[in-house]
Amino acid sequence: MTKMKKVTYSQAICEAINEEMARDKNVLILGEDVGILGGNFKTAVGLYEKYGYLRVKDTPISENSFLGMSLGMAITGLRPIVEIMFTDFLLLAADQLLNQISKIRYMSGGQVKVPLTVRTTIGAGRSSAAQHSQSLHAIMCHVPGLKVIVPSSAADAKGLLKTAIREDNPVVFIEHKMEYNQEYEIPEREYTIPFGKANVLREGRDITVIATSNLALKAVKAAEELAKEGIDMEVIDPRTLVPLDRETLIASIKKTGKVFLADEGYERCNIVAEIMMDLIPDIFYYLDNPPERLCLPNVPLPFSPALEFPLIPDQEKLYKRIKKILKS
Amino acid sequence: MKENKIKFKKIDDYKLSKDTLLEMYFTMVKIRDFESAITDVYSRGLMNGLAHLYTGEEAIATGVCANITSRDYAVSTHRGHGHLIAQGADLKKMMAEVLGRKDGYCKGKGGSMHIMDAEKGILGANGIVGAGIPIATGAAYSAKYRGTDQVVVSFFGDAASNQGTFHESINMAAAWKLPVVYVCENNLFGISVDLRKITGNPNIADRAFGYGIPGVTVDGNDILEVYRVTQGAFVRARKGEGPTLIECKTYRQKGHHIGDPGNIYRLKEELEAWKKRDPIKTFKVRLIEEKFAIEEELRNLEEEARQLVKTAVQFAEDSPFPEPEEAFEDLFYEMEGAKE
Repeated sequence: MTKMKKVTYSQAICEAINEEMARDKNVLILGEDVGILGGNFKTAVGLYEKYGYLRVKDTPISENSFLGMSLGMAITGLRPIVEIMFTDFLLLAADQLLNQISKIRYMSGGQVKVPLTVRTTIGAGRSSAAQHSQSLHAIMCHVPGLKVIVPSSAADAKGLLKTAIREDNPVVFIEHKMEYNQEYEIPEREYTIPFGKANVLREGRDITVIATSNLALKAVKAAEELAKEGIDMEVIDPRTLVPLDRETLIASIKKTGKVFLADEGYERCNIVAEIMMDLIPDIFYYLDNPPERLCLPNVPLPFSPALEFPLIPDQEKLYKRIKKILKS
Repeated sequence: MKENKIKFKKIDDYKLSKDTLLEMYFTMVKIRDFESAITDVYSRGLMNGLAHLYTGEEAIATGVCANITSRDYAVSTHRGHGHLIAQGADLKKMMAEVLGRKDGYCKGKGGSMHIMDAEKGILGANGIVGAGIPIATGAAYSAKYRGTDQVVVSFFGDAASNQGTFHESINMAAAWKLPVVYVCENNLFGISVDLRKITGNPNIADRAFGYGIPGVTVDGNDILEVYRVTQGAFVRARKGEGPTLIECKTYRQKGHHIGDPGNIYRLKEELEAWKKRDPIKTFKVRLIEEKFAIEEELRNLEEEARQLVKTAVQFAEDSPFPEPEEAFEDLFYEMEGAKE
C-alpha cells in the first residue's frame, strides 16, 4: 500500500513546484504575487524565502510581456513556470501564448525546445462576476502547439504538474480555484503522472460520464447517490485534454452504450463537443442514446450568488440529468 | 539651389581598424544586394507571401551587430533580413527559406517573417509587431539568471513602440537591470501611418526618461554613430547596469512590402532627401575621401557580395520543396521516454 498524507490542493501544487525547483536549478517561477505573498491562491508559499528573488519573481501586472519573457527564458536554457491568476487574465497574453509560445518551435522548423509551464485557474462560485470566473481552457485546446492539462484532485494536480515542469513543450496547466482549500490524500513518496492517460474514477455498467477538472470529482459523488437508486455510473476524468486518451474513453463507451459529458466552460464550442466529435466515428454504432452534456449556459457569469449558482454545473445538476437519461 | 553637404564626424574619431570599416561596408552591401535579389525572385514569381525590405536601413543592423559577440542574442522583426545578415546568418539558408524550400532555416515553415538561427543566437524574426520585445527581455533575464555576461539586442520599429509590450518590457528590464539593448528603428511610418500623426512626441528615445534608463537618438543612416552609441549600451549592459533605449532615425527607401510602392502616404521630397543620405553611398564617399579605402577595393567587395547573393539564390532555386506531410512535423518536441 502506498503511504498517504493529507494536504490541501494548494499545498500539493506548492510541493510540486518546490520539488522541481530543488531538483533543477533552471526551474523558476514568475507571476503576480508569487513572491512575498506566496501566491494569490497560496500555491507558492515559502518558495521566495527558500529560493530568492531571482527564482521566485514578482512581476508587474503585464501579463503579455511577462509571459513573453518566459518564452525568451525557455529558449535560452531555463524552465520557467508562469502563474497567470485567472484564465480571464490569460486573454491579455493571448498573443504570446497563442501566436508565439505555441508556434515558435514549429515556425523555426524545430530549432528550439520550449520547456514552459503556464499555470492558471478556472471556475465560478466565488461571486467574482464575469471577469474572474471563466473557464476558458477550450481556447488553449483550439490552437495547435500547447499541451492542456485539467487536473481534478490534489494528487493528480501534483503528479501532473511535475510532469508539466519536466516537459520540453509548452504546457497550460489549469487549476480549479474552488479546490485550493479542499483537503485530499496524496502519496507520501515522490511521483509523477504521465500526460495522455485518463483516470477511471469509478467503474460502472450503465453510462459513461466524462467530466473535466473538479466536475469529475462531483460526478463521483453524484454516482454514489445514483447507486442508491440502482444506477451504475462509470466516471472518467480525461485529466489531459491535449493529448487526449481516446482509447480509455472509447472502451468505456463501448461497454456502457451511453455517454454524458460535463465541463464548466461555456456550452458553445465547449471542449466536450470536440471530444465527442473526435470519438463519434469509433463509438457511433455502440450508442443507444444520443450523447448529452452539462456545461455553463451561454451567458457571462453574474455577480449575485442568487444568479451565479443556478448556472454552475454541479453534483446536483449532474444527478438530475443522468437520472433523467436512465429512467426515461 | 546648392545642396548642403551632410556633416559627419571624422572616421578617425571612431578608432576603428580598416578591416572593421571594410567589414561594415561589406555587410551593408550584402544586405542591400540580398533585398535586391528578393525583389528579383519576387518579380520572377519564385517567392510567395510578404517581403518587407530593409533597403535604406542597413546602417542600423550593421552598426548594432558590429558590437555583438557569438555568445549574445538578438530578436528581430518582420523586416528582419538585415538583422539576420548582420549577425552572420547563412545567405543560402535564408534565401531557401524565403522561397519556401526544404533547405531553408525553418524547412519552409517560417518564411521571410520567421527566420531563426538559434545556434547563432538569432532568436527569430516575428510576424507580430512588438512581440519580439518581451522575448528579448526574457532572454536577458535568462542571461542574468545564468550568471553570464551575454547581452540581448531587441530590434523593433517605431510602430512597435506604441504596442503595450514596449512599455511593459522596458519597464521590467529597467526595474531588474537586465542586459538588453533596445533598438528602435524609427523609419517614421507604420505601413502608411505617419508616426508624427499618431504620437504626441515622435522622439521615441525621450520615453526612456520615464523608465529611468538612458535614451539616445542617433542618425540611423550613419553607421559609425550607430556603432558608437550601441557600443556604449553594450558596455553598460555587460556591466550589469541595465538596458538602454536607442532610437535610430531612418527611412524606408521602399514601400512597406513589395507591392506597396510607398508613394501614396509619403512625400516624394522626403524620400529624395533621405535617399541623398543613403547609408551605403555616404559611407563609401567617406571611406574614400578620408583615405581608408580606394574605390577599387570597395568595388571588389561589392562584387564579392553580389556573388554571395547570386550563389544563395541558385542554392535556393535548386533546393526541393518540402513534402506535404512535413507540415505535420516539428509541432512538439518528442521527449525520450515520454510514454510511460
